[in-house]
Amino acid sequence: MAIAIPKVYRSTVGKKAVMAVTGAILVFFLLAHMIGNLKVFLGADDFDHYSEWLRTMGEPAVPHRTLLTVLEIVLVVAVILHMWSATSLALRARRARPVKYQSRKKSHAQGYATHTMRYGGVIILLFIVWHLLDLTFHVVNPKGDGYTPYERVVADFDASRWYITVWYVLAVVLVGLHLNHGVWSAFNTLGWRTPRNDRTLRGLAFAVAGVVTLGFISVPLSVTFGWVS
Amino acid sequence: MKLTLRIWRQKGPGDKGAMVEYPVDGISEDASFLEMLDVLNEELIAKGEEPVAFDHDCREGICGMCSLVINGTPHGPERNTTTCQLHMRKFRDGEVIDVEPWRAKAFPVVKDLVVDRGAFDRIIKSGGFISAPTGTAPEAHSTPVPKPDADRAFEAAECIGCGACVAACPNGSASLFLGAKVTHLGLMPQGQPERWDRVVSMLETHDAEGFGGCTNTGECTVACPKGIPLDVIGRLNHDYIKATAGGRKQ
Ligand code: HEM
Ligand code: SF4
Ligand code: FES
Repeated sequence: MAIAIPKVYRSTVGKKAVMAVTGAILVFFLLAHMIGNLKVFLGADDFDHYSEWLRTMGEPAVPHRTLLTVLEIVLVVAVILHMWSATSLALRARRARPVKYQSRKKSHAQGYATHTMRYGGVIILLFIVWHLLDLTFHVVNPKGDGYTPYERVVADFDASRWYITVWYVLAVVLVGLHLNHGVWSAFNTLGWRTPRNDRTLRGLAFAVAGVVTLGFISVPLSVTFGWVS
Repeated sequence: MKLTLRIWRQKGPGDKGAMVEYPVDGISEDASFLEMLDVLNEELIAKGEEPVAFDHDCREGICGMCSLVINGTPHGPERNTTTCQLHMRKFRDGEVIDVEPWRAKAFPVVKDLVVDRGAFDRIIKSGGFISAPTGTAPEAHSTPVPKPDADRAFEAAECIGCGACVAACPNGSASLFLGAKVTHLGLMPQGQPERWDRVVSMLETHDAEGFGGCTNTGECTVACPKGIPLDVIGRLNHDYIKATAGGRKQ
């Protein structure tokens, strides 16, 4: 096993399987994160309490901020492996066809799969960086450290900063498009897709993508339009 | 019919190659695409020019030799049809038609529209077989095969090894071909002894030949003249993961 894993990972199927498994971890994270964000609609106390709870999870069995740190490490590793596989497969694809077709390539199947996944993925990555600098490290947030999470969110998406809201909405829509192919794709990658469950899986992917997109964009939009203040 | 053909001409593997325009006239709607090229070649020969080289053999859709990318689509516009079975009535009079070879690093151009598909032979050689005693055919009922397995295996066995899946894939992957072979052999009782080694060694050969990795774009199954379904790739992945991470391989 110990020697088998790197060898598996060097194969095209191994890379894709790693992408599917890490993608699945990220999907579960996104769902949890999205549900947590919705606490904003319950008011400042609930939202800030939730933020505090994330840091005290598991206490006193484990020290302060243990579970959250573990989770953060898992997510960072998942994102790195996911992108590494994606980049490696993309480079391989480029080498596999050195001479391009002259005729414009007509896409017959889900044409957007390669482009939305690859270029969309890079934009999602840029967004993740911005998002962390904004609401985790408070570097690009209008309210810095000495404020509550709720105050930072409200200040972030203030109507005067509409362009930040637009950026968040666009990025989340890209995540939605990514999942609309990705969730279905992960099942095929792991060999769990059959002709009979194909429609169900496409429906599942669409539903997950829709729920994640709507859930996430509801928060910045509500602040910008003044429904949450 | 009157047509303008834009055909990839390349003298040999080392030549750079380019698209060359050829007007053709008086083509019958009932001619096949290859017969239309035959007409062009006769004209070229009469003029003392080099005829266009293209692969073909059976011309009845079963050998897998014909291999043209027509207007950007491997085997042309008609679904589930090889180039040799494609008829000119599928085109409009006066149309400009682009004709190119399969494009993949693993399928180098030999001349004009002919590519070397030896990489497929090497993949088959690395595991696309069963070891069974030869001789007279065994009694058919001696090895029962469940009907659904037999049907799926038969569906996968329809693959003619043409390589259109590679030509269509934006990643230049041969996963559909590979999946078809692994599914076909891996579903039959006779294919069980080598099942786990087969999938690993065929995939390793596939990767070493320089084909790309699958990202489930689904282009291959649309281009496939035999309609090999995408789930053969799922089965390939599943068997590969079981063989390696699951430790089934010897
Ligand atoms: C929030 C973060 C992300 C989540 C939840 C996510 C989720 C997924 C899932 C579930 C898959 C399907 C795996 C499969 O096809 O087997 C996938 C595929 C992929 N992801 Fe991500 N991903 C994320 C971020 C990224 C980033 C930052 C990149 C940047 C490079 C990226 C690039 C890709 C690519 C190229 C694919 C393959 C697409 C294909 O199958 O054609 N993803 N992603
Ligand atoms: S899977 Fe289809 S397209 Fe690919 S080699 Fe076989 S018959 Fe040709
Ligand atoms: S020439 Fe045999 S399949 Fe077309």
